[in-house]
Amino acid sequence: MKRLFVFPYTLWLIVFTVIPIILVAYYALTVTADGQTSFTLANFRWFFEGMTPGEPFFQRLYVRVAMRSVYLALISTAICFVLGYPLAYILASKGFRNKSFLLFMFIAPMWMNFLVRTYAWLTILERNGLFNTLLQRAGLPQIDILYTDTAVLLGMVYNFLPFMVLPIYTSLVRMDKRVIEAAQDLGANPVNVFTRVVFPLSLPGVVSGITMVFMPGAATFIISNLLGGAQYFLLGNLIEQQFLRVGNWHTGSVVAVILMILMVISMAILKLVDRGQAEEEGARV
Amino acid sequence: MKKLIVLLALCAVMLGVAGCGDSRERIYVANWGLFIYEPVLQMFEEEYGIRVVYSTYSTNDELYALITHQGAEFDVVVPSDYTVERMINEGRLAPINWDNVPNAQYIGDQFKNLAFDPTNRYSIPYKWGTFGIVYNTEKVDEPVTSWSILWDERFEGEIFMYNASRDTIGLAQRLLGFSMNSRDINELHQARDLLIQQRPLVRAFLADEIIDNMINGEGSLGTVYNGCARWIIYYNPAHNFVVPAEGSQLWFNSMVIPRTSRNEEHQANAEKFINFMARPDIALLNTLYTRYSTSNIGAFEMLPADWQNCPIYWPNDEIMRRGEVFVDLGDFRAEFHQAWTQVLVAGN
Repeated sequence: MKRLFVFPYTLWLIVFTVIPIILVAYYALTVTADGQTSFTLANFRWFFEGMTPGEPFFQRLYVRVAMRSVYLALISTAICFVLGYPLAYILASKGFRNKSFLLFMFIAPMWMNFLVRTYAWLTILERNGLFNTLLQRAGLPQIDILYTDTAVLLGMVYNFLPFMVLPIYTSLVRMDKRVIEAAQDLGANPVNVFTRVVFPLSLPGVVSGITMVFMPGAATFIISNLLGGAQYFLLGNLIEQQFLRVGNWHTGSVVAVILMILMVISMAILKLVDRGQAEEEGARV
Repeated sequence: MKKLIVLLALCAVMLGVAGCGDSRERIYVANWGLFIYEPVLQMFEEEYGIRVVYSTYSTNDELYALITHQGAEFDVVVPSDYTVERMINEGRLAPINWDNVPNAQYIGDQFKNLAFDPTNRYSIPYKWGTFGIVYNTEKVDEPVTSWSILWDERFEGEIFMYNASRDTIGLAQRLLGFSMNSRDINELHQARDLLIQQRPLVRAFLADEIIDNMINGEGSLGTVYNGCARWIIYYNPAHNFVVPAEGSQLWFNSMVIPRTSRNEEHQANAEKFINFMARPDIALLNTLYTRYSTSNIGAFEMLPADWQNCPIYWPNDEIMRRGEVFVDLGDFRAEFHQAWTQVLVAGN
């Protein structure tokens, strides 16, 4: 009986996850020449050697693309965490009124299309845009951040912040409040309660928040095109270019596979952190 | 404005409802964004009882990807010159039966039998134009004559470049005195290096967004097609458009019928659509709305005199003489894409 209920989900996973990954891997590992398809690692060589195999590794063309993507994704994840954790904490705290209204207000912009939201930032950040007009009225110096990495980071943080806040909020809300009371009863001061009880217990939420921000951050190409003015060329741009402009599915797939490998590595690192924490907890109990 | 939006939304909903269970035949058309007066599609639907499923793309490469991937079933698409040539060479186009397209007589002779389709077996010209520099005369107070102004350090952070490989590498090639169709790797790399050198001056690489940016006074110089320039000048008359002396591209977008499994039954409908679009009154509506130059002489003759005499709408003979039509680069395409990637990655 249980099996019957699981079946639709298994089917879903096979059709929309397993088969696509196999297809992408197949394209990444093959080349087509004169109608003949053969297995090869040439696409990986293409990515890592770029057009300038003689150059130092980190100066090679596509390695630079990957580094810029990871760099921007890491920074935006860090900003989301710094902004998102306190917000989730405030939303989850007991004495806070109008909690559901605030949560609603926080999620409401997500009902709008992602592109529309990102486009709106153009009007705000332009040289003659809303933000600069306000600064000017207030007699402050104007800023010029549209089409820079600051604008790209802003776009990423704005779009991905809910993905950081919601999992942390969920883990904080679900936390057994008696544990906190116990810590207080045993004489822990508020700082200790937070650092030794609340934060460790919210780590699973933090970990899923980080993965949910880092992954789309490393893969984005729309934000870098719209708000970055294509000044930066990211892994997402490279995938788009190889599929849609060059029309080479093999090289496009290899970039997708490398992106997936990056994701798996980052998830593994996070898992390790999470497990280390859990073991520590276990030892303490 | 608000009312208009509500009205549009309602229309969309009603169209959606009406579209359900629609048993009419369908024709699948893909065209460039901002390249048609969309109400003419409805006129076609009413006249012929064929439903038009319309979609847009923004580059030739995107269109090529659209029609070559399996399962794509487009009946009419509008590639430009070198992509028409590539599609013909690869056997991807169905010949047009000209008996079914009598309105082809209105197409100007100067647009027929061009090099990319020497006998117009597969394509009918739709719009044409050139590519140049649009500039804000309040910020650039000297006459613009050369592509080299895009390398002038006084305009640092004031320049918008077009995010497309052939157009932008092409202008660098012309500035260096090379052909835009050169297959010489050294010439390509010189053009690439020139563009990398320009990077610190460039505010952004954009596509149609250049139009809004120039209208809003966000930059001093931008590289655009002449049709886009007319939009910009219409909304912000402080601008002017110039085709630099080194010469530029001339482009001709043509309607073609991709060879797909549906073709046999749909070819007749595709030809009806092509014939409809070549009708002078329809071509007139399209050119008036899009501000792009029509290939339809019947429509041209109905245009107001200030359109007919506008040097941006109807480039003069000198621009035509200096212009170059893109040719498909064949295997050299890969080198071209790589050079363009190097230009873009230079900012990382």
